[in-house]
Parts: sequence; structure tokens; C-alpha cells
Amino acid sequence: MSNSNLPSVLMFGWEFPPFNSGGLGVACEGLSKALSSGGVDLTFVLPFKIPISAPWCKFVFANESSELISDIEVMNLFSGYQSHSIYSELKKSGLPEAISGSLMSRVKAYAMKAPAIAKNNKHSIIHAHDWLTYPAAIAAKKVSGKPLVVHVHATEFDRSGSDNVNKNIYDIELEGFRQADAIVTVSDWTKKKVVSKYGIPAEKVKVVHNGIEFNNNAAIVEHNLDRLKKDGNKIVLFVGRITLQKGPDYFVDMAEKVLLHEPKTFFIISGSGDMETEMIRRVSSRGLSNRFIFCGFLRNAELAKVYKAADMFVMPSVSEPFGLVPLEAMISGVPVLISKESGVSEVISTALKSHFWDIDDMADKVVSVLRHKKFGNHLSTYGKEEVKTIHWHKAAQSLISLYNSLVVEPKYAFIPIYIRAA
Amino acid sequence: MPSVCFYFQVHQPLRVRKYRIFDVGQDSSYFNDTSGTSLDNQAIINKVANKCYLPANATLLENIKNNPDFKISFSISGVALEQFEKYAPEVIDSFKALVDTGNVELLSETYYHSLASVYSPEEFVRQVVLHRKKIKDLFGVTPSVFRNTELIYSNEIAKMVEKMGYKGILAEGADHILEWRSPAFVYKPINTENIKLLLKHYRLSDDIAFRFSCRDWKDYPLTAPKFANWVSSHNGGGDTINLFMDYETFGEHQWEDTGIFEFLRHLPTEILKNPDNHFATPSEVLDRYEAKGELDVHNYVSWADTERDLSAWIGNDLQKEALDTVYALGQEIIHIDDPELIEDWSKLQTSDHFYYMCTKWWNDGDVHKYFSPYESPYEAFIAYMNVMQDLRLRLTDAQKKQEHNVSLNKMKPLRFSEV
Repeated sequence: MSNSNLPSVLMFGWEFPPFNSGGLGVACEGLSKALSSGGVDLTFVLPFKIPISAPWCKFVFANESSELISDIEVMNLFSGYQSHSIYSELKKSGLPEAISGSLMSRVKAYAMKAPAIAKNNKHSIIHAHDWLTYPAAIAAKKVSGKPLVVHVHATEFDRSGSDNVNKNIYDIELEGFRQADAIVTVSDWTKKKVVSKYGIPAEKVKVVHNGIEFNNNAAIVEHNLDRLKKDGNKIVLFVGRITLQKGPDYFVDMAEKVLLHEPKTFFIISGSGDMETEMIRRVSSRGLSNRFIFCGFLRNAELAKVYKAADMFVMPSVSEPFGLVPLEAMISGVPVLISKESGVSEVISTALKSHFWDIDDMADKVVSVLRHKKFGNHLSTYGKEEVKTIHWHKAAQSLISLYNSLVVEPKYAFIPIYIRAA
Repeated sequence: MPSVCFYFQVHQPLRVRKYRIFDVGQDSSYFNDTSGTSLDNQAIINKVANKCYLPANATLLENIKNNPDFKISFSISGVALEQFEKYAPEVIDSFKALVDTGNVELLSETYYHSLASVYSPEEFVRQVVLHRKKIKDLFGVTPSVFRNTELIYSNEIAKMVEKMGYKGILAEGADHILEWRSPAFVYKPINTENIKLLLKHYRLSDDIAFRFSCRDWKDYPLTAPKFANWVSSHNGGGDTINLFMDYETFGEHQWEDTGIFEFLRHLPTEILKNPDNHFATPSEVLDRYEAKGELDVHNYVSWADTERDLSAWIGNDLQKEALDTVYALGQEIIHIDDPELIEDWSKLQTSDHFYYMCTKWWNDGDVHKYFSPYESPYEAFIAYMNVMQDLRLRLTDAQKKQEHNVSLNKMKPLRFSEV
């Protein structure tokens, strides 16, 4: 197929590396790169002007008029994925409302800029990532009339737990799902939520699993961790926000059971979040403080060193739409145990899997890996091979065929002649 | 002129329950899952008895009554027999009825359907003797032909079996061992004197066992007259057509609604329509035909997978680790006077345990092809290795007890006069 047959896509995002607070930015980077190399003419829209070096596509910033701001201020703007700060207002004087207002008002301001962007940038498909961008994408669709694809990286139910759903966000999501010509979810797990919690027909939802770029981890283990290991200690790792969704409490419960059988084990928690203090307290009340290391939120290079030291990675997420972190661990050759309540468990087979609540099963599996060297080596070697196959190109191909199906068959364009009013 | 020689394999392993690290040293029952799921041995025996063993045995008995020249052979593993006795004794009775017709030959194998032939010659002999005794006790016959677990075969195995007095052994008629030769003749294993080799005609056998209900197959649907024609077409080109397959083919792998029982019911009559054809048991084939040549099988061959080697059981590090562990334990266990410990250890040698740890197809994502009661090969490995740890504890305890007893015996009893 020649490039001229491929659709041109106007893509609405919210964050982009290195200015990202979570997996949404990482996914947008991987997808946009793979789509562009697949021949798609891509225009990527972001709400605020930030310095990005992604040469594969054109960027448009909704708030072009604003000056470049400092890195720290930019980071604060993209706080939509930090549950504890969703409602916290940014008090920045001197900045236009689009930047300084509440998250909701920033979402609205983004939408107000969208019609002009849609007029000025030629496209045959609109593609929007998560609720923050749905109002903007719907506004763009009203102008150009092009098919809309909304991409679900997480639902409000994943972010907040079932009891704490923000009605306004839910409504925006629902409107996005209704206005969309097709919905893409990052897993079957998420598709089921879209269908059951939002009442969307399953035929409208297509699953496109995320990918990951394979970069060999050549980091060297930090001296202090290396010493622990040389003394015969094993390291079990948790990486992620310390929030309800990620199941850190199940990790601590599991650790307690593992220690009964493998006392020479250390548990490292990398991440921060609203349950951090509670977790530290839980660990000390069980008398496990000397077996736990809380190392806060680690960025790429530091995290790479910890991966290198780990004997086992555990992701006990209560609800994980996809879950990129275990794939990072696998790239570093770390055996992984992931919850069955995660999207990533649908795409990897060289992994151990448990229900997040099944503490005994998780402890059993961790002990087994720590005890049987050959088991760990097997998972490490074959996991590393398998993760190479989970590539963004697969996701891009799947999206391109979806775009084509929407462009080739515009809705209601063909009305059979025999349908007449009675 | 060809003989048609049927051999059906009957086997059910004792699947290890979800045995966790917390069970080690606490609970030494390994095979007693009662969940009703694919790990529940009793439930499986009952299911397969009703779907396969009972209806298939009834069909064969009827066939023998209708065609007194119809002959077949079975190999039934000791672990399967034990489970029938315990959970479905009517299955034993139905096999007895078949054996009593005189048209059914029973073959020897390792009691525990194990890989002992590969790992431990002493253990191999022990298990073959155990099985022979079991067959004699239950059915009153003593087998004279041997078939090894999963048709695993090599020069060495043939020699071991010859030494035990068997006149014949069964093997896969794999292309790479036969080369230009045909499986339709009797052969002699290299460097042996008194044993002959029967080879599975894998194409015709697999037509029934694997392809019978395959709608993509050009010869679908397979009917008894069609199959009988294929058999007859071998006239003049061979002495024996050896049709070797899992007995579970009938009703369990190929469900009743595929027509497999009807096929089985009509096959003898159709095959006997050609007066040149007849049925024979393995012993009869061996007695009737001279070996056509010598076969040199240096590397192990089996009937599993397209590779026809040992990779389904000893293909990855997990399987090797598990097998090394169980046979290393055995070197000590076998010297301990603890029948229960020895029995559990023996049951853990069944080849299926290692098959469940196979990862050959695991990474292809084609998990449906993967036939295992466990969610993944890793779950199978974890449960099995936890059991190994419990077995090790039991062994240590038993050793201590034995030493204690020995030291007690060594002590001179005090005599009153010496006080």
C-alpha cells in the first residue's frame, strides 16, 4: 500500500516524554513513532508548548501563545494521573487560565482551542488519548466531521477504585465513547470495563495492546545492593505508584509470608504516592522494617540499576489497564509475577500470574523462584526473548487497519434503496 | 496377507494437587485434589471411564463376539489400574471380560509409566517387575511383549528388555530410524539375540488417533470401509500393519459425536471382508514373521510430537531440574524401609508430571494446543518442586529413625548379673 492511501491523523494527547507523569505519555511516544514509521501522516496536538524532540511527527501546541516555562512547572501541569492531586489547584499567578486553572478548566480550555487546530491541520481521522483530550477531540470532530477514535489507557474506575468515581470525569468519558466512531482499549481487561461500566456495545471496542521498545539494560548494580546480594540476600522488587490501584498492601502481606520461608530476602519499593506513609507504618508494625527498602520515585537510570539487582519483580495491581513496568523488568532479565487483573497478563506468557488478593499463591511463586535458581534463569532468559516480540509496530498495524476501515466505510454513507418510509 | 495388529495404551497419571510451600512438612498428601477440576484424579477417572473405557470396552467385546478372529492388545499402566480399582472397579471387570475371551493380549510396561528407562536401569527393572505382578494378580496372565512409556526406545532399552526375557518390544516407526525401510515388517534390535521389534505404522495410526474428526483433512470423514481399503492396499507390501494409539482416542480425544465408536464397531467386519486380511496380537505377529532386518537406534525415539524424541519431557531446564531431583532422591529413598515413602516417590516419576512442564509451545501463545491440567508449565513445576521438598523432609526423618533403630539394636542389652 502506498503512503498516499494511508490516513492522515490528528492526534490529541495530554503529556509527552520527558514531560510525563505516567504511562500515557510513554504510550503516546511509542505509538506515534510506530505509526509514523508505518507511513501515517501524523499531527500530534498537546495542550501546552513544551520542548520536545520527537522528529517523527509534527507537533501542534494548543496554547502556542504562552512562553516556554520551567521544567518543574511543566511537570505540575500534567498531574492528571496523580490521583492525590487531581483536585488540587495550581496557584500560579500571571499565567493564562488554560495553564493555571483547575484540571477541569484546563481540559475545557484545551477543547476551546481544538476547532481552530482542526481547521488548520488537514486530516482524515481524529484520535484522542484518554478523557483529558476527549472534549478537544469532540470539538475537532464537530468542525471537520472526520471519524473519531478514542483510545482508553485507563478508565476512571481504574484510577480511583470503584467507590470513588468522579462523576464529571465519568461523564466526559461516556460522552467520548458515545461520540467516537470506534473505541480502542489497551487490553481486554479494559474493554470489559468500557462495556460493563459504560454500557458500550462490545462491537464498538477494539483491543490494541501496548508495546515496548527493547533497550538492553547495561546498568551496573549499586555498591550497597551488590553487597547485600554477595551476602546471599535475594531482592524482590515493587515498582509503581504507592496507591490503592497498585496493591502495595498485598505486596507487604506477601513479603511477610515469603520471609517465613526465605528469611534472607529484601523487598524494595520504588515509587511514591498517597499510601506511602501507610505502607511504611504497616511494614514497621509487622517488624519487617529491616527487610524493606523504600527508595522513593526513581527515574530511568536509577531504576535500571535496581532492575539489575532484582531477583524477582512483583506487580500485585488491583486493576491495571495495561501495565508497562513488568515489561521493563523483563527487558532487564528479571523474572516477573503479575496480577491476573492486568492487561499485560494478556500478552505475556513467560511470567508467573496470580490474583492480586491471593497472597498465598504469590508467596508460593516468589519462594519458588528464589529457591530454584534454574527456574529464575529460565524465566529470565525466555522472558527477555518474549518481550522483544511485544513491539509497538504490532499496535500501529492494528490501528492502521482500524483507520482504514473507518475511512473506507464512512457511517451512513450508503443507504440501501429498498429502505423506504412506509 | 498383512496382519492387523492393534495396541491401545491405557494410562491416567496421579496429578499433583496445587501443593504449596506452606504444605511442605505439614501435609504429605500430594494427589488428593477434590475440586472436581482437571487436577481431581477421582473425577477424571470417573469421567473418562464413562466417556471412553466402559463404552469402548463394550464395543470391543461385542466385536469379538461378532468376529471371533478379531484380536487386540492393551498396555495398562499400574497407576491407572490402581485408580480403576479405587474409583471405578467396573472398568477392571470390563477389561477382565475382554482378557477372558482369549483374543486380547496384555503387554508389560513400567508400573508408574515412568522415564526410569532413561534415568535408572535398576528402577526400571523394579517397576517392570511390579507391573508384571500386578497384571498377573488382576488378570491371571503374564505378558511376554514389552512397550515402554510413550514408546520411548533405543538400542540400550531393547537390550535391557531382552535381558528381562521378553520376546518383543514396541517402538515408533519414525522416518528417521527407518529411512527407506517400511514399518510393516518385524525387525531385530541391533546386538540382540532373542528379541524382535514391532514398529508403529504412524500414518494409519494417526489417521484414527489425530485426524479422525479433523474437518480440514482431505480424507475427512474417515469411514470403516475407507480405512479397510487403505489397510488392504498394503497387501504384498508388508507383513503387519501395527496400529498403536492411546485408548482415550475413543470417546475422550475423539468424542462420541464424531462417530468414533461407530467406526470402531464396523472396522473388524470391513477389514475381514478382504480374505487376505486378518487380525493378530503382538505375540502372534512376532511368532509368525521373521525379522526383515536389523535396526540401529542409537538416540532415543518416542511417539510424541513431530520431533519423536524426548523433548516433551526432558526439553527444558525446569524438566531436567525436576527429573534430576526425583532420581537423586531415589538413590537414598530406595534404601529406606518405608513403603509409603517409596510409593509416593514412585508415583512422582510418572512421565506426565514432566510433560506438564513442557514449554515448547508455551511461547507461541498457542496455549490451547497445550494439554495440561495446570494453568502454566510454571505452576506444574512449582507444585512438583514443593512436593520434592516435602519428600526430602520425609526422607531425612526416615533416615534418622532408621539410624536410631540401628543404634538401638547395636546396644547390648544389660543383664541383671552385670549390674
